[in-house]
Amino acid sequence: MSESNNIFTKFKNMPVDGIVKTVIVATALCFVCSMVVSFAAVNLKSIQEVNKAIDKQKNILQVAGVYHEGIDVNKTFSSFQPLVVDLNSGKFTDKFDPSIFDDKKAAQDPLLSVSLENDPASIGRRTNYATIYLLKKDDGSLDKVILPIHGYGLWSTLYGFIALEDNLNDIFGLQFYQHAETPGLGAEVDNPKWKAQWKGKKLNNENGELMIQVAKTQKYKDHHIDALAGATLTSNGVDNLVKFWMGKDGFQKFLNNLKNGAA
Amino acid sequence: MSQTRKQLLVDPLVDNNPITLQVLGICSALAVTSSLNVAFVMSLAVIAVTGFSSLFISFLRNYIPNSIRIIVQMVIIASLVILVDQIIKAYAYEISKTLSVFVGLIITNCIVMGRAEAFAMKNTPFNSFVDGVGNGLGYSLLLMCVGVVRELFGSGTLFGITILDPVNNGGWYVPNGLLLLPPSAFFIIGFLIWGVRSWKKSQVEAREYKIQSLEVH
Repeated sequence: MSESNNIFTKFKNMPVDGIVKTVIVATALCFVCSMVVSFAAVNLKSIQEVNKAIDKQKNILQVAGVYHEGIDVNKTFSSFQPLVVDLNSGKFTDKFDPSIFDDKKAAQDPLLSVSLENDPASIGRRTNYATIYLLKKDDGSLDKVILPIHGYGLWSTLYGFIALEDNLNDIFGLQFYQHAETPGLGAEVDNPKWKAQWKGKKLNNENGELMIQVAKTQKYKDHHIDALAGATLTSNGVDNLVKFWMGKDGFQKFLNNLKNGAA
Repeated sequence: MSQTRKQLLVDPLVDNNPITLQVLGICSALAVTSSLNVAFVMSLAVIAVTGFSSLFISFLRNYIPNSIRIIVQMVIIASLVILVDQIIKAYAYEISKTLSVFVGLIITNCIVMGRAEAFAMKNTPFNSFVDGVGNGLGYSLLLMCVGVVRELFGSGTLFGITILDPVNNGGWYVPNGLLLLPPSAFFIIGFLIWGVRSWKKSQVEAREYKIQSLEVH
């Protein structure tokens, strides 16, 4: 007791600007602060991860048109079946657990992704494996397929989902869950009115050619989405990324397989 | 004493507002005011950080060696900001996505550093805390004023509730897109400073130089 008291009084009597006191104060402060920060980070991490997962699930529900305010996201999401698709073969794979497989991480991993030569969506590398979601009807037949898409707009990479009807050609909806486009212009990709245009549009024509496009002028009625006013580059980005992911380097093979029951 | 504490809390609202009088913290005021929800959470974060950083720095003020005082202040402020950032991410995820880096940038907000250096180093903990909260409130008040103008006329909503029905959704109001972009906050803050200084003449700064009148001989 008396000794610790001595150390304390000794510390107190040291000159405030002395080297020893400076070092002690700096070390103690760093120690305490790092403890506080790491304690908070570790303790809150699980809640943050849950938030992230719920946010993603919520977006999947929204794109599938089953989300409304106050819904139990977790419970509703359980009717969606997540599956990992091998984009090169266009078939389902059971190499990974779809509930924890991370497409974004896979796209960084040289073993799980390819560097793109033809890269209209400006994503650099494309994952070989993607997590998709199937929504089944009550009788077990396919209702909707939700596919992850992403690509570069004007300022940022847009991450989102596209939902297809059971014929795998009609679009049900499209939604971005992460982007940093200009508010009021490019960020109008979040505008419900603009998003509503996607519903019922067809990816391919009768000959199986990919026709969907986001453009200012309408060429093909069934395949045309109006570009956003004042956001040419964001619109071009969306156009490119949808074409890319629905094309031969994206999900085309898988969609054909699924159509023929060979996935 | 209680009178001065009240002053510590109330003065920064208008008479000594960190944004309109001292013109500090403009950067984040531009970035987070396009919607009120975001501005509100940002305000709470700044109030918490200015209040508690002043409190802790004041507690330690007699032990902080002069040679490293700025670093010590920064460490305390930075730790608090990370703490706030983590809490927002955990409990207000949607908003944390829009705030993104700006919570982190509270660390460099001049208001926090300014109060730590100018007030907390010389005053008792409780007074410093009140002063910090007061300045945080002053910042918040401005943020909310700018936010109301930007959100109402930029997107026709307040706190996300539609007030002026915008054309995009079939209404009559043509939103002013400029107000959604950061430069518009400059204009609004400029007008606010003009307004406040016309009201409180004592805030008008003395001219540094005067244009000479030309005399023709």
